[in-house]
Amino acid sequence: MSKPIKQVHLAAHFPGVNNTTVWSDPAAGSHIEFSSFVKLAQTAERAKFDFFFLAEGLRLREQGGEIYDLDVVGRPDTFTVLAALAAATERLGLAGTINSTFNEPFEVARQFASLDHLSAGRAAWNVVTSWDAFTGENFRRGGFLPQDQRYERARTFLSTAAELFDSWRGDEVAADRESGVFLRDGNAGAFRHRDAHFDIEGRFPVPRSPQGRPVILQAGDSDEGREFAASSADAIFSRHGSLEQGQAFYADVKGRLAGYGRTPDQLVVLPAATFVLGDTDADARERADVVRHQQVSGPTAIKLLEQLWNADLSAYDPDGPLPDFDPLVGEHTIARGRASVRMHRDPVAKGREWRALAEEKNLSIRELIIQVNGEQTFVGSPTTVAGQIDDLVQADASDGFILVPHVTPGGLDEFADKVVPLLQERGVFRTEYSGTTLRDHLGIGEPR
Amino acid sequence: MTTGPHLAVALDSAGWHPAAWRLPEARPDEVLTARYWVEQVRAAEAAALDFVTFEDTLALQHDPFNPSQRGNTDRVQGRVDSVLLAARVAPLTSHIGLIPTAVATHTEPFHLSKAIATLDYVSSGRAGVRVRIAWEQADNRHFGRRDIGATDLADAHHGDKTSPLSDLFDETADYVEVLRRLWDSWEDDAEIRDVATGRFVDRDKLHYIDFAGRWFAVKGPSITPRPPQGQPIVSTLSHAIIPTRLAARAADLVHVTPTDRADATRILDEVRAEQAAAGREHETLHVFADLVVFLGETGTAARDHKNRLDDLAGAGYASDAEIFVGTPAELADLVLDWHTTGLSGFRLRPGAVPHDLAGITGGLVQELRGRGRFRTGYEASTLRGLLGLSRPANRYAA
Repeated sequence: MSKPIKQVHLAAHFPGVNNTTVWSDPAAGSHIEFSSFVKLAQTAERAKFDFFFLAEGLRLREQGGEIYDLDVVGRPDTFTVLAALAAATERLGLAGTINSTFNEPFEVARQFASLDHLSAGRAAWNVVTSWDAFTGENFRRGGFLPQDQRYERARTFLSTAAELFDSWRGDEVAADRESGVFLRDGNAGAFRHRDAHFDIEGRFPVPRSPQGRPVILQAGDSDEGREFAASSADAIFSRHGSLEQGQAFYADVKGRLAGYGRTPDQLVVLPAATFVLGDTDADARERADVVRHQQVSGPTAIKLLEQLWNADLSAYDPDGPLPDFDPLVGEHTIARGRASVRMHRDPVAKGREWRALAEEKNLSIRELIIQVNGEQTFVGSPTTVAGQIDDLVQADASDGFILVPHVTPGGLDEFADKVVPLLQERGVFRTEYSGTTLRDHLGIGEPR
Repeated sequence: MTTGPHLAVALDSAGWHPAAWRLPEARPDEVLTARYWVEQVRAAEAAALDFVTFEDTLALQHDPFNPSQRGNTDRVQGRVDSVLLAARVAPLTSHIGLIPTAVATHTEPFHLSKAIATLDYVSSGRAGVRVRIAWEQADNRHFGRRDIGATDLADAHHGDKTSPLSDLFDETADYVEVLRRLWDSWEDDAEIRDVATGRFVDRDKLHYIDFAGRWFAVKGPSITPRPPQGQPIVSTLSHAIIPTRLAARAADLVHVTPTDRADATRILDEVRAEQAAAGREHETLHVFADLVVFLGETGTAARDHKNRLDDLAGAGYASDAEIFVGTPAELADLVLDWHTTGLSGFRLRPGAVPHDLAGITGGLVQELRGRGRFRTGYEASTLRGLLGLSRPANRYAA
C-alpha cells in the first residue's frame, strides 16, 4: 500500500527588504505603491495559491552607523495593506508578520479579528519575536525585553490573543428587530487574563470572525522556536528547502506535535523558496547566475561579509581576497535591525569555513559571498521545477513552499503561467479553490 | 468652484440612533462585513461629499448620552477596526476622503503613522485620521500597561492644564507631532534607485525624528516613505476648551457641536483664539459643525421617523451634537445660514441608514446644488485638495 498522494501548498512572499530582491532589474517596480501589491496578490490568486505573505521590519536597518542603502528600503504597514488587498482578491489568504514585542495582545487581536471579518475568513498571523533595543527606540516600550524572555512573551502573547478571539463563541448576535434583542448574551466578549507579562480584563469588541482565529504561522528555527510552533502554530515557515535538511526538519517538528495532543496534518510545513526558470535547465542555470550577480554586487558583498566579521571592511576590494583575521566576537555592533545576523551562531568557525572555501576555490570576496549566499532553491525548466516541488512534498521534505520572487511585482508571473499548470496536471495542486477561508485552503480545520 | 459648505458624513453602526438597527431596511447582521460599508461610502461618493468618517473606540459601543435599559444588549454591539475598514473601502472608491478614528492613549504613534501613510497609498491620497483619547478605566484595563488616573470629563471645560484629562490631550498633541514628523521623515525624492552606485535610497534624505517627550520617545525614520499627500489630514472632535487646544495645536480639521448659529460663532472665536495662542493663526484649521439628522420629505414625515425610533428605544434620543429633524430643504437652509458664521462645513451623522444617508446624498445635496451651493462633481483627487489644502513642504527638506 503506497502512501496517499499529498497536495502541494503554495504561498507568495512579497519580495523582501534584503538583497534577494533585485531592484536594479529594468522590470522592477515600486515596493510601496499599492498597485505592486495588487499585481502580485492577483497573480497568486489567479494561480490558486494558498496565501500571500508580508514580512515586517520596524526600524530601517543600519550598518556601520548609517542607514543601509544598498537594498530595497521601506515598506507599508502590514495590516493596512492586507485590508486593502482583501478588496482586490476574493479567496487568497492574507498573511501578515506582526511582532509580539512591540504590540499588545488586545490591539493585535482586535486588528486580526477585523482583518478576518473584512476578508471573509482569509487572515493569517506570522508571529515573530524581537528583543532588540535598536528597534525599541521607535516604541513606547523601548528595548526592555531580555533575549531569553522573548519566546515566553510570544507564547503568552499568542495564548492571550487566543483567549480574546475565543471570548465570542459566535452565537451571541441575535439582531432580532421584533424583540429588540441585539445581543443574546450581555457578557459576550468578556475576558480576564493574568500572567507575568499581561494583566488585562474587559470585553473584546470584535465578535467572532469567520475563521474563529486567524491562521497562525511561525518561523522560529531554534529548539524553542520549533517547540513554540508545535504547540501553537498552524503552519511553519522554515528555511530548510533541500531534501535532506527538509526531511530532518519536517520529521522533527511533526514529531513534536503529539506532545501537544496534535496530529501531523495540523501543522503545515512551508519552507521559503527562491526560483529561477528557463526554457531549458541550462538556460535557467545561466539566468540564475546572472540573478545571483545582481543580488550580490561588489558593495553588497562587502556589507554581507561585514555582517559576519562584525568589523568595518570598507577598505577591502570585493574582487580581492578575504580578510586574514577571524570575525570579531562579542557584541555585534556593525549591523543593526537585521535578523540574519543572529543566525551566525559561531562567527569564528563560520569565518574560517569561508576563508578555507575561498582559498580552496580561489574565490574573491564577491564570488565567495555569491556562493555562500545560497543558490536559488529551484533552478530549471518548468518541468524540472514542478517535478522537484512535487518530489520534495511527496518525500515529506515539506508540505509546499512559500515562494520568494526576486523581482517586484512581476516575479511570480512565469511560475504562475508555467509551473502551476504542470503541478495541476500532476494532480497535486488545486485547479479551483474548494473553500472560502484560508483554513479551508490549508486543510487544517477549526481552531482547537 | 462653488462657495457652499463642505459636507461630510459620519458613518457608525446602523446610524446614530440606538434603535436604528430595528428599522425594516436596516441590515444589523452585516455591520462586520466589508460590503455594508462599501455601499455607504459609495453612496456618499456618488454625491461628491468631501469625506466620510468611521467611528471607533477600543471598547464595545456604549453611548453615554443614551444609556441603555438592558446593558446595551438592545443596540448594535461589536465592530471592526476603523483604520482597516477604511483601507478595505479605499480600493473600491476613487475620490472621497476616508477618515478612520484612532485612539492615541494606548497605542503606538509609530504604528499609526505608517498605517495612515499606507491608507494614503492605498487610497491614492485620500487618507485622514481622527485622533481621540481613551479616558475610561475600562479601556485602560484592556491594556493593563499604565495607570491613567481618575479622569473627570468636566475638567475639559474649565481648562485646568494640570488635570489628568488635560494630560491625556497633551499626550495626544505629542502623538500627533510624532505622526507628522514620521510622515516627513522621508523626503519625497529619497528613493533614487541609482544603479551606478548600487544605492536604492539617498540616506541623506531620510531623517531621524528624535522625538522625546513626557510620555514617549520615538527615533524614526518611518519604515514607510512619505505618503502621497505629504501630510494626511488630522482631525479631532471638541466640545470644550481642553480638546479645542489640542485641535488648535495639532489638527487640520476640528469637529465641533454648536447648538445654534450664535453658538457656532462663539465656538469659532474660541478656536481662532486658541489657534493664535498656539502660533498657528496663518495655517488652515477647518471647523466642521456636527449635526445628527433625521430627514423626511415633509416635516411631519421626519418627525414620525424620529418618533418611531424613539419609541423603539423607549426614550427620546439625546446627543452631544445638535439634533436636526426636518426636510432636506430645511436642512439646506440651516447649513447655509450657519455657514455664514465662518464654519468650513458640516459633518452629518445620519440618524438611521440607509434612510437618512439617502436624505443627505439625495435630498440635501440636490437641494444645495439647486441653489448652486454644492459641487456637482469632484474637483480634486486628494482629500487635501478637496479641502483646499496644498501639498505641504517637508519640514526636513533643505
